[in-house]
Amino acid sequence: MELIDGYPESMRESIALVERTRPARLGVTFPAMSLEERKTLLTRFHPDYKANQKRALLFGPSKGMVVSHELADLFEARPLIRSSLDLTKIDTEVDLLVIGGGGAGTVAAIWAVKEGLDPNRVLVATKLRHGDSNSTMAQGGIQAADRPHDSPIHHYLDVMGGGHFTNRPELVRALVNDAPQIIQWHESLGVMYDKDAQGHFVENPGGGTSRNRMHSARDYTGLEIMRVLRDEARNLGIPVVEFSPAIELLCDERGHVAGAVLVNMETKRYHIIRAKATIITTGGLGRLHMQQFPTTNHYGATADGLVLAYRVGADLVDLEAIQYHPTGAAFPAQMAGLLITEKVRGLGAQPVNIHGDQFVFPLEPRDVEASAFIRECEEVGLGIETPYGMNGVWLDSPMVDILHGPGTIRSALPAMFRMYTRFGIDMTRDPILVFPTLHYQNGGIATDEHGATSVPGLYAAGEVMGGVHGKNRLMGNSLLDFNVFGRRAGIAAAEYARDHKPGRLTLAHVDAYEHMLRESGVETTRTAPRILPDYRGKEALERYLDIPL
Amino acid sequence: MTERVPLITMQLMGKPYSVPSGLTIMAAIEFAGYKLVRGAGCRGGFCGACPTLYRREGSHRMFTALACQTLVEDGMSLVQMPFVPLATKPYELAAITPRANTILSHFPEIAGCVACNTCTRACPQGLQVMDYIQAALRGDIKRVSLLSFDCISCGICSSRCPADIKHYAVGQLARRIYGRFITPAEPHLAERVSELEAGQFTSELTEMMHMSQAELRARYEQRSFEVVDDGGEHSATKRYNSPVDPVDFQDEIEG
Repeated sequence: MELIDGYPESMRESIALVERTRPARLGVTFPAMSLEERKTLLTRFHPDYKANQKRALLFGPSKGMVVSHELADLFEARPLIRSSLDLTKIDTEVDLLVIGGGGAGTVAAIWAVKEGLDPNRVLVATKLRHGDSNSTMAQGGIQAADRPHDSPIHHYLDVMGGGHFTNRPELVRALVNDAPQIIQWHESLGVMYDKDAQGHFVENPGGGTSRNRMHSARDYTGLEIMRVLRDEARNLGIPVVEFSPAIELLCDERGHVAGAVLVNMETKRYHIIRAKATIITTGGLGRLHMQQFPTTNHYGATADGLVLAYRVGADLVDLEAIQYHPTGAAFPAQMAGLLITEKVRGLGAQPVNIHGDQFVFPLEPRDVEASAFIRECEEVGLGIETPYGMNGVWLDSPMVDILHGPGTIRSALPAMFRMYTRFGIDMTRDPILVFPTLHYQNGGIATDEHGATSVPGLYAAGEVMGGVHGKNRLMGNSLLDFNVFGRRAGIAAAEYARDHKPGRLTLAHVDAYEHMLRESGVETTRTAPRILPDYRGKEALERYLDIPL
Repeated sequence: MTERVPLITMQLMGKPYSVPSGLTIMAAIEFAGYKLVRGAGCRGGFCGACPTLYRREGSHRMFTALACQTLVEDGMSLVQMPFVPLATKPYELAAITPRANTILSHFPEIAGCVACNTCTRACPQGLQVMDYIQAALRGDIKRVSLLSFDCISCGICSSRCPADIKHYAVGQLARRIYGRFITPAEPHLAERVSELEAGQFTSELTEMMHMSQAELRARYEQRSFEVVDDGGEHSATKRYNSPVDPVDFQDEIEG
C-alpha cells in the first residue's frame, strides 16, 4: 500500500478538507450537551447499552448484577486449584500482603510502612514486573483542586456529574479532599510536575471538568509518578516478588482473608503466603477485550482481583459500566487501540469528521464523547475509513501548536509525538485518526472510604476497586484514585494487621464456590483467573501439541 | 479493500519464521506461536519490558528496539532481552543535599564513562543518554533531569555500556533531586492543604453528600466554567518547566 507521509491517498483527501476548515474552526468550539442530550446519546450509542452483550451474575453476593459476557465468563469459571492443596507448609509469613505491583499497590505498601509496619513484614506480589501497569501508561494528568479559584467542592460536582450521580458520595469526598495532600506528597518525593518558573503547576482542563486542575508531567504523567513511587518503595526496602500472580486468596476458619496462593509463572511452583491483612490492587480488565474492542491496557489487565475477591464473598459494584476512551488510535493498524491522551483535546485539538467539520464539544465526559464518535461513524456515516476497514474520526492535532505556539506538541506531548513518528506520521502537521478503545473498569470491588471490603482482612484500592467513579470516570481521576485509596488502604490495613492474627489457613471458600457453580447449573471447563490473554497466531496454534518436554 | 499481506522472514533466536509484514516485533513473535510471559508489559511504549536486540542483513551493527514499537523487517535476526539486572544503593531523598558531586558520589562508576556514545545509539526513546551522564559528572542536575525525563527504564543503555553505568538509575536520582529541591514548590499548595486540614470544606462537602439527586443535578448544571485558555497567569500552557526537549538540547550542543 502506497503511503504519503504515513497516510494512504484515500485518507489524504479528507486531510485536505480538515486543513481547509481549520482556520474557521480556531476559537470556535462546538457547544456542549445538556444532561438530557447526553442521556439520549449514551443510550443509543454507548457499547454498554448494546443489547445482548451482557448477562446477570447467577450467584454470589452480587447475584443479579448485569456484566459483560467476557467478565461473567470469569465469574462462571472454575478455580485453578482445589481445596485439597497442601497448606500446612507456609512459605512466607507477613503482616501485609499486597497483590498487584502497579500504582495502588506501591502506594499502599509505602504508606503501610510509613504507618509503622516493618518493610520485611510486607510483601508485594505482582504478575509482571514492578510497575508494569496501567498506572505507568496514564499520560494526561492527575486532578487536584489546589488553586485559589478552584475548590474540592467544584471537583466533587465534576466527579459526580461525570459519573451520572451514581458514585458513592463518601468515596468521592475522600477523593477530592485528599487530592491536594497527594500532590504535596508527590512534590516531597520529587515528582517532576510541569511548572512555571515560580513553581505554579501548569494545569489543564479535562473532559467534564469545570476548572483547569489537571497536573501533568509532559504526557508521561503516570510513568513519572510510578517510577518515583517504585524508587521510593525500593529505598524503603519493601520486597517485591515479580511474575508471581495470586491465583487464589486464603482464608482462616472464620472466613477472614489471611493471605494468598501465589504462583511463579516461570516454574509454576506455588507459594503459600500467610498475611494478617491483604490488599488487592490488581488493576483493570481491558485485556478481556469486551465486544472485541482493542484496549489501551497493559498485558496483565485481566480482572484477576475481581475473581479472587468474589470467591471469598466480597461485594462488587458498578461493574456493568466499562469505560471506552474516546481517543484510541485507529490508524495505523500497529497502533490500533493505543491511548491518545485526552490532553491532546485539553490543549485544544478538535475532533472533526471526514469533511473537516466539528460534530461534538471536544471535552464532554468520556462516555459521552466516545458515543458521539461512534454515532458519527456508524449512524451519520461521516467517519474516515482506513484501508483495513476500521473507521475513525480525525483529531485535529496540529491545532495544538497553532493555538499554543510551535513546539508545544513536542514538549507537552512527547510520548504521542514519538509514537506517531515511529509509525511514520507527523502529528504536528497532520491530524490523527481515533476511535473509542476499551480503557477502564469504572466499577469493581466495593469498599468503604478506607479501602475495606465486605470481607474482614481484605482491602482493595485502585482500578480494581469500585464506587468512586460511578458509571463513568473523568480524566485525571485514576492517577488520583490509586494514590488516595492506595494510601488509605495501606494505612487501614496496617492498623488492622497490628490488631489481628490470622488463624489456620483454609481453601474452604473454593469448595463453596464450586458448589455455587454447580447449584447454578454452570457446567464449564473454563478456569479463572485468566492471568494473561493469548495472542498466539492461529496458524501456529492449529499445529500445537500439548506434550511434556 | 483488504490486500493480501506479503510474508517476510525473521530469525527469532536463530530460527526462521514467516510472518506478515507490517506487524510489530512483538506481534510477530506471538504470530509465530510464542506466548510471552516476559518481554511484554504495557504493549504501548511506556514500560520498557520488551527490549530487543537485532541485526539486519548486510549490516555489521547490533541494533536495539522496543518490540512493541518497532516493525518487523525481512531478514531481521532478533532476540528479546526481557531483564537487565539493576543493583542500587538505597537512599533517603529528604536527607540529600543537592551538591555538584551528589550524583557522582552515589554512582561513582559514572566517572568511568568513556564517551563512546553507545548508550545514546542504543536508546529506543532517542534520548541523549551519554550527554546526561556527562552532565551528571559535571553536577548539572537540571540538565540530567530534563534530558532523561522521557526514560522508560528499559535498561538497554546499561546492557551495552562498557563502563557498566546504570544510566536509568542515575537519571531517576537526578530527577527526584530536581523535583524536590531545585524546582520551586507550588506557592498555593500548602495553603490549600492547611485549609483542608482545618476542615474548611468539610461542612459543604458533607452537605453535598446528603443532597437529593435533583438538587445535585441542579448544582451541576449551574456550575461555572473556567475559560479553556485565558492567556492569564494560570493559562494552561504557558511556561513549561521543561520547554527544552532533548532535541533542543542536542541543537544547542551542535550549534
